[in-house]
Amino acid sequence: MLTTKTFLKKTKRGNILKIVREHYLREDIWCGSALCDKCPMSEPVLSENPESASELFSFPHYIVLDTCVVVHQIDVLEEKTLCNVIIPQTVIEEVKHQSSTIYKRLKDIIGNPGRNFYVFVNEHHMKTYIERQRGETANDRNDRAIRKTVAWYQSHLASSQSGINKSERVQILLLTNDGKNKELAAKEGLCVASVREYIQSLVGCPGLQDKLAVTEPERDGNAREYLFPPHLPPSLIHDGIKSGKLLQGTFYASRENFLEGHVNVEGQEKMILLQGHAGLNRAVDGDSVAIELLPEDQWSSPSDIVLQDEEDDPGDILDDRTEALSASRAASSERIPTGRVVGIIRRKWRQYCGILQPSPVKDTVRHIFVPAERKIPKIRIETRQSEVLASQRIIVAIDSWPRHSRYPSGHFVRALGPIGDKDTENEVLLLEHDVPHSQFSEAVNACLPKLPWIITDDDVAERQDLRHIDVCSVDPPGCTDIDDALHCRFLDNGHVEVGVHIADVSHFIRPGTALDKEAALRATTVYLVDKRIDMVPELLSSNLCSLRGNEERFAFSCVWEMTREARIVATRFHKSIIRSRAALTYEQAQLRIDDPAQKDAIATSLRELNRLAKILKRRRIENGALVLASPEIRFQVDSETHDPIEVEAKKLRETNSMVEEFMLLANISVAEKIVEEFPECAMLRRHPEPPVANFEPLVKAGHKLGFNIVTSTGKELAASLDEAVLPDNPYFNTMLRILATRCMMQAVYFTSGMLQPDEFFHYGLACPIYTHFTSPIRRYADIIVHRLLAVCIGADSTYSDLLDKRKSHALCHNLNYRNRMAQYAGRASVALHTHLFFRGKVQDEEGYVLFVRKNALQILIPKYGLEGTLYVVPKKGEVATANFVYNEEEQTQKCGDVTFRSFDPVTVQLSLDRSNLQHEKLVLKLVKPVIPGFSVPSSDEPIPMAIDEQDGGKCKDGSVVDTVSQKNKSSPSKKKRKK
Amino acid sequence: MDLISDQGLRLDGRRPNELRKIRCKLGVFNQPDGSAYLEQGNTKVLAAVYGPHEIRGSRTKALHDQALINCQYSMATFSTGERKRRPRGDRKSIEMSIHLRQALQAVIKTELYARSQIDIFVEVLQADGGNYCTCVNAATLALIDAGIPITEYMVACTASLANGETPLVDISHLEETSGGPNLTVAAMPMSGQIVLLEMSQRFHLDHLDKVMKHALRGCQEIKAVLDKAVRDHVASAGAACNWEFKTD
Repeated sequence: MLTTKTFLKKTKRGNILKIVREHYLREDIWCGSALCDKCPMSEPVLSENPESASELFSFPHYIVLDTCVVVHQIDVLEEKTLCNVIIPQTVIEEVKHQSSTIYKRLKDIIGNPGRNFYVFVNEHHMKTYIERQRGETANDRNDRAIRKTVAWYQSHLASSQSGINKSERVQILLLTNDGKNKELAAKEGLCVASVREYIQSLVGCPGLQDKLAVTEPERDGNAREYLFPPHLPPSLIHDGIKSGKLLQGTFYASRENFLEGHVNVEGQEKMILLQGHAGLNRAVDGDSVAIELLPEDQWSSPSDIVLQDEEDDPGDILDDRTEALSASRAASSERIPTGRVVGIIRRKWRQYCGILQPSPVKDTVRHIFVPAERKIPKIRIETRQSEVLASQRIIVAIDSWPRHSRYPSGHFVRALGPIGDKDTENEVLLLEHDVPHSQFSEAVNACLPKLPWIITDDDVAERQDLRHIDVCSVDPPGCTDIDDALHCRFLDNGHVEVGVHIADVSHFIRPGTALDKEAALRATTVYLVDKRIDMVPELLSSNLCSLRGNEERFAFSCVWEMTREARIVATRFHKSIIRSRAALTYEQAQLRIDDPAQKDAIATSLRELNRLAKILKRRRIENGALVLASPEIRFQVDSETHDPIEVEAKKLRETNSMVEEFMLLANISVAEKIVEEFPECAMLRRHPEPPVANFEPLVKAGHKLGFNIVTSTGKELAASLDEAVLPDNPYFNTMLRILATRCMMQAVYFTSGMLQPDEFFHYGLACPIYTHFTSPIRRYADIIVHRLLAVCIGADSTYSDLLDKRKSHALCHNLNYRNRMAQYAGRASVALHTHLFFRGKVQDEEGYVLFVRKNALQILIPKYGLEGTLYVVPKKGEVATANFVYNEEEQTQKCGDVTFRSFDPVTVQLSLDRSNLQHEKLVLKLVKPVIPGFSVPSSDEPIPMAIDEQDGGKCKDGSVVDTVSQKNKSSPSKKKRKK
Repeated sequence: MDLISDQGLRLDGRRPNELRKIRCKLGVFNQPDGSAYLEQGNTKVLAAVYGPHEIRGSRTKALHDQALINCQYSMATFSTGERKRRPRGDRKSIEMSIHLRQALQAVIKTELYARSQIDIFVEVLQADGGNYCTCVNAATLALIDAGIPITEYMVACTASLANGETPLVDISHLEETSGGPNLTVAAMPMSGQIVLLEMSQRFHLDHLDKVMKHALRGCQEIKAVLDKAVRDHVASAGAACNWEFKTD
């Protein structure tokens, strides 16, 4: 029975409710120290002789941390220096309450056995529990609870080491940043130090000081003037939101103009505009903010200016560019709701990658950090290692943004490696896009099957043996994770049998294992230009699951009986064993189809498949499926150095489309089947119809050239896109399609129980229901779909999470997030390689004007899939060499007799500006049309043009629509993947 | 919300397999034939038993071969955080009454009292999760106090599942509302027979077995506590008459 419990009550007041909860105090909570001879615990966490590296506290000691130390100095804690630390439960609870990300990081540290972090459940311990006293704040009570824990440990351990010399006894040291707490602790006779004191006293870890977060505001002096209006206290924000005076929303900074941003208020369709330093008021991208709407006469419209924070270190002054913005206010006719930030509800600060800005003063410790992500402001940090770090990519975290500082202040976290080095840049890319890319853990590898892997009789018994059928796979060259194969044979009744065989990944990845959890977290394989970040370990992805030629593999088959007109007569699903006769590339498959001399089984079935695919495709397009475009390129990479040597646009063959059609068909068939069996918890993919407002830029662009783009239905849109052709500008139609792609919404995974059936619609494919089934090796969603389908056909059993629609909703959320990030990472990787490619090259290229802005032209260079901003108005301090006139009505820029409109062809000269080693830029010079004084060859005065990192403006294309879903992995990456 | 911390403690400081503190008293009233007061943590219940006596009201209800069991479940208006409107007679209370009768009928030797009636009234004074269980347990004590023959202890216990894997026993109100599915079991712990089983949500079959095992173990532990209380009560009652009481 229960041993002992003094029984106490703890009350907690809600609005009116009085909630009474029990709170048990225990005697069986151990101290966790190996020294102790009283606590009968099995595995002590804290070591017996904790050595001290501190000069200030030379005796051996355990450290107790206070909440604010954990919250602010988590980067220091993550360093391996601090060991033998006791974390009271009070601290854990407070950290959890304040920040979930820090809580998670703290948990990771605690979970690392090498660090000797022990959680002491002081709140449930008989001797250390304290009740809140009258008039005491919750904070003070918690501080007292922590001190009580320290005192208890001190006396508890003292009795165990009575035989030891006093100076060698293990003491307890409390680290706190709170002055009052420190004072009280000292008064109570406890060992106490501030983190800064303690870290500075440590011998042999000089880098650690840089990681200390800045928490003491007094270092900046109080005499400074405030630059920003104050933030309201939380209680006022809360009241304001409740009464409707303030609005709550998520802040999105603009990529193009650092003085502008939007707030997405829940339940409101239109975004609310924020402008200027005061309007943004220290909000950082992603923060949840409280805003106040300005009166209507102060509303404004988004500026057309592309503005970057280029200054070196202006000190704490806000410059007057805000006034330039306000000037545009009156002129504009299309005003939108504008507001200003009055308070921050929750910061979404994370760690940022970037570089140090070269400091004008030598040997200073204060530096400015420039993040790689343009939406993030520059950050002030202090470091003593600036010499080393100047040429490195580093990671920095923000600590605070005081009112008198133009930039937020932060601290150095770690260095990634030299700038320009490809591994470093890849690392930056992965970190910035939150791609989990560490090695697979031991636990994950333990879930893998042992080699040699043999097919047993049991396996054969429960699967259909299709080894006698002529199956083959068609993939991009160099592909090692082959997850689909096809077959086709003629039946006696005049019909054909078509089979799609998908790698049976769910056979190897069982639910609930470490491998399954890791795959669910990664959600997708990420393809970079020179690297692949696998979702599952290589043994599975490239060997056991991969349907390689002439090897027996497990598959999940979807087999149709079709008429010769590609009408489905019957659909079957079953698990099977196949032996692919050949793993072909698109090119090889195309050759076999085209060569009439080839009469073998593979060639004839490929030909029939190709014929059927054409019928399917035609039918799909008649239904209103969209054909969209996005500039995609592939790099030829040097096999030794992995540097790109040539760029080419991707070629599409008939066979690409053939494979794609059958994958679409399989996905649709599976979607129908699983939703029939699991109406509540089937994992599907939908592509919502974009709101009409999204199409505005497309319609406008078409209208200017005399085309009427109808966007009311997908079918009409497809038709009007087909008609919009300019004979003298062959690229016009493609550009229009690129624009159309950008109007689209993102396709997302969802759980069928969370939406109404009419919302399942897939707009881009024009089909009522869709899912992903065909690439389980590289997408986790497909694994879930495989499991659902396996249950449908009785080949597997369910487990609770599979049927829990809320769990699977949360899973979808992660899958969507990771997929989006994987796409951005892939594009950023292409951008990076474009930079590498242009090192030491100067080239003239054809380009097209995509948008006309007030001070710049947005130019698309199809050959590289690049989009660049060309400033036509010179930067501050430079003399204008050509006078451009902007016409807002017609969206044109005019210079002399040359007019730039959207879709106009131009010729530009591309080269890489390496004058600033830290920040290489692609530089463009206008070649054609010739504008005297502006276009080249007057090469001594280049107009620098920064090439947009591709992830931003282009984030919508390609990815949105699933037409390319099957083979979009074929993107540049695969080509030069190493075996 | 995590119902169980990394250190293996529940929100109120119990371990997953620990019951709440049980306190009870038999014979709290003089008017009824038997009565008992039972606390399981913050859930507090009074039970009173009248009978066996003649059928009250319509004689047609009388059963010719066994006693009629009449149960009434009610919750005091002050028993919950928000004041309750109706202490009894609402759907939930009626359902509870029926379930109570089902459980108690299984242990009372009704065949001994043909054409008579036994009334069992339970009143929840404070509700903090596991109301039904506490009521069953309190009613069992009251029946014993009334001296009505029963075949065995009738004990009920709840169990739930934290984070989809750890079974929790004897769940509190907080765990009931924020956790996963709840399982209520009323059982005869000595013979291991289950009289009533109720689930609040769908349970995946994989979990049912282990959660049930924990609930049954909870029943056995509760039975041990109740048994001791009964023996102590009898000992103290008998002490006044100089009974020789031997504990075994």
